[in-house]
Amino acid sequence: MSVGNPKAATGKNSTGRRTQHAAQLPSRVPVAKTPKVYVGGEFIRSESGRTYPINTDDGTFFANIPQCTRKDLRNAVEAAAKAGSSWARRTPYNRAQIVYRLAEMLESRSDEMARAIAKPGASSLNDARNEVAAAVDRLIYYAGWADKFEQVLGNTNPVSGPFFNFTVVEPVGIVGVIVDDSSPLLALISQVAPVIVSGNAVVVLASETHPYPAIVLGEMLATSDLPGGVVNIITGQRKELVPTFATHTHIRGLDAVVVAAEKKELALGAADSVKRLRARSSEKEIDWFAESAQSVYEIRNFIEFKTTWHPIGA
Amino acid sequence: MSVTTKAAPKARKKTQAATTDRVPELIFGDLWEFDPAPESADPKIKPQYELFIGGKFVEPESGKYFDSINPATEKKISRIALASAADVARAYEAAQKAFDTTWGRMPGRERGKYVYRIARLIQDRAREFAVAETVDGGKPIKESRDFDVPMTAAHFFYHAGWADKLDYAIPGRPTEPLGVVGQVIPWNFPLLMLAWKIAPAISTGNCVVLKPAETTSVTALKFAELLQEADLPPGVVNFVTGAGETGAAVMANDIASKVAFTGSTEVGKLIMRSLAGSDKKMTMELGGKAANIVFDDAPLDQAVEGVVNGIFFNQGHVCCAGSRLLVQESIATEFVEKLKRRISVLRVGDPMDKNTDIGAINSRAQLEKIEELVQSGVEQGAKMFQPSCRLPGAGFFYRPTIFTGVTQSHRIATEEIFGPVLSVLTFRTLEEAVEKANNTAYGLSAGVWTDKGSRILKMSTELKAGVVWANTFNKFDPSSPFGGYKESGFGREGGRQGLLDYVRLT
Repeated sequence: MSVGNPKAATGKNSTGRRTQHAAQLPSRVPVAKTPKVYVGGEFIRSESGRTYPINTDDGTFFANIPQCTRKDLRNAVEAAAKAGSSWARRTPYNRAQIVYRLAEMLESRSDEMARAIAKPGASSLNDARNEVAAAVDRLIYYAGWADKFEQVLGNTNPVSGPFFNFTVVEPVGIVGVIVDDSSPLLALISQVAPVIVSGNAVVVLASETHPYPAIVLGEMLATSDLPGGVVNIITGQRKELVPTFATHTHIRGLDAVVVAAEKKELALGAADSVKRLRARSSEKEIDWFAESAQSVYEIRNFIEFKTTWHPIGA
Repeated sequence: MSVTTKAAPKARKKTQAATTDRVPELIFGDLWEFDPAPESADPKIKPQYELFIGGKFVEPESGKYFDSINPATEKKISRIALASAADVARAYEAAQKAFDTTWGRMPGRERGKYVYRIARLIQDRAREFAVAETVDGGKPIKESRDFDVPMTAAHFFYHAGWADKLDYAIPGRPTEPLGVVGQVIPWNFPLLMLAWKIAPAISTGNCVVLKPAETTSVTALKFAELLQEADLPPGVVNFVTGAGETGAAVMANDIASKVAFTGSTEVGKLIMRSLAGSDKKMTMELGGKAANIVFDDAPLDQAVEGVVNGIFFNQGHVCCAGSRLLVQESIATEFVEKLKRRISVLRVGDPMDKNTDIGAINSRAQLEKIEELVQSGVEQGAKMFQPSCRLPGAGFFYRPTIFTGVTQSHRIATEEIFGPVLSVLTFRTLEEAVEKANNTAYGLSAGVWTDKGSRILKMSTELKAGVVWANTFNKFDPSSPFGGYKESGFGREGGRQGLLDYVRLT
């Protein structure tokens, strides 16, 4: 684990037993990592300079998480807009390989990620390992859909007349994702992967209570081939950021796991610019491990169907 | 129709060098007296219509009625029951009962037979329904006869066949019907919009409470009679008539597991706000401000016909109307000239006359809205052209109108007029055309006219619109999904894609 409370780290030996003598100096002081959010392919702090602390499962200080602002969110939307159009133009085969590459990155650093889930108390290390494995598998699942879902969801249409008529799919543009607090990594991957394989760019608000896996995921995204700005991850408080997710007119879709009051606020904001809103209740626990948590219809939520007509003639 | 004289072909060749010389031609328009050619079938409209709830015609609990007029004559044609919230609640209860006891339990193959029956019965009485549609709504008889009614039958016939094949429409996941759906439809295609809403809903096993537009309820209630003839189980389809308040009650009822709305973006947003926080599924088919883009290599005469059809079809009361003409600068003068000549011979007048191209504006309120927006166009500096055709003395009529010199900031270039008014803008490059076409909050449809195949596919890819017509316009089919991007709404109607909006994945 590369991060943690420096004091706690120096105050404990490798077995975690508290040392008795201040004179017993550590042979090496570990270097703690400053959590930063991943926006536009860069690691940044909140423009506000604010953070909020999170603790380990035993209640000691773990790290300061950026408390992003509405301005940070707007900047992230701008980054998504810049990256989005070229991402949408990539070939489906290319997008498939990039999402597959992300799975490779996560698999090879699965131990680090499992600790990033478990250490700040999201789950036991054992459960965390299962969660990482499921997240890798989910990425593989959606990587496979990238160059197939259009064949399943689109088609030619046998219209009554001398016309060639076909229906294709296109991404809606920029999608806001508000991640569930339970299974924070698997939920994030399950919510984000189906949205990006079709060519959308996303702005993700990580779980407020368990933001750390999303911070570490940002580092893996940076080493995958995903162009900067396609997935932007911010951390912070829902009550500050939900209103901007709701009303930002450049966000064309929202996938949110939220409480009833937040759902209503998102729906009211979505009405103003006719956003596509998919809101699931966080009050009912979602089984992110279930087979039903992955489907081609998750991709379908954030695409548009475009139908083109052309006469058939000489 | 403009008809050239015998000497015309020769004259055209001679004058090609001297381009300013007008080719001699016979202009029909109002200069020639046409014998009237009225459609004479009996629309069989009753003097009074009740609500259709639970398979029966029932009086509204308030005892209130409102008049439905013929917009071409301003004469009353029938009295329509006004549904209150209590009537709407009754309709929902009837629908829920039908869902629980008959329709929701019926196997798809049996449901489908009822829907096929409906399609056949419409075909049987096609002319009668076409005349009723024209009398009630003002659209030319040739359109209701050749488009609205046959397309209505086609929608039911197409969807009937899906009823027992949904596993193929939605592969990989079993589905179930949603239950009862509430639907509110507009006045521009009363029967056809009813078909777009009801056919997919009942074929997938749902029951329906539908409110037609207050100016065009007659054909929905005639359709209710037809449902009785089809012996559709009572309560599967219910009609509640009235205006905005009735519509709000349809959208708000707790029994509705889904609501579907076709109408203006303004009202669509109101509905979305009113349903914020509820678990109702929604589909919205809202407004549009489509660009019809003509490149310099397009077959111009064909494009002129397409542009005219794009904006003057159904008096321009079409959400996907090609209301913005984007014409490449190099051909703009010539193209607009051709367009002016073409609209000068459009026949505006009695919708019941088989020769009429442009019928009556649907209501006084809509006429006033068109007049107001046209006035804004003049005031903001665009140049207006209207042919000098005669308009009937009574009724709501408006001349086909073309604005040139329109800029992107003009109201007539940004707001949906929903009338026979075309705004002409120009462009130089493909990129500029795309930029201008997409520079709107709407994204329902678009048109492209060019001879170059790769350019068609490029434009189709770049245009942010749910339907792109290339070298054609305003074509519809039940197998072809229809619906918008951006503020033109969400969800699709028709085709395989439209079915998922009426089921729940299990």
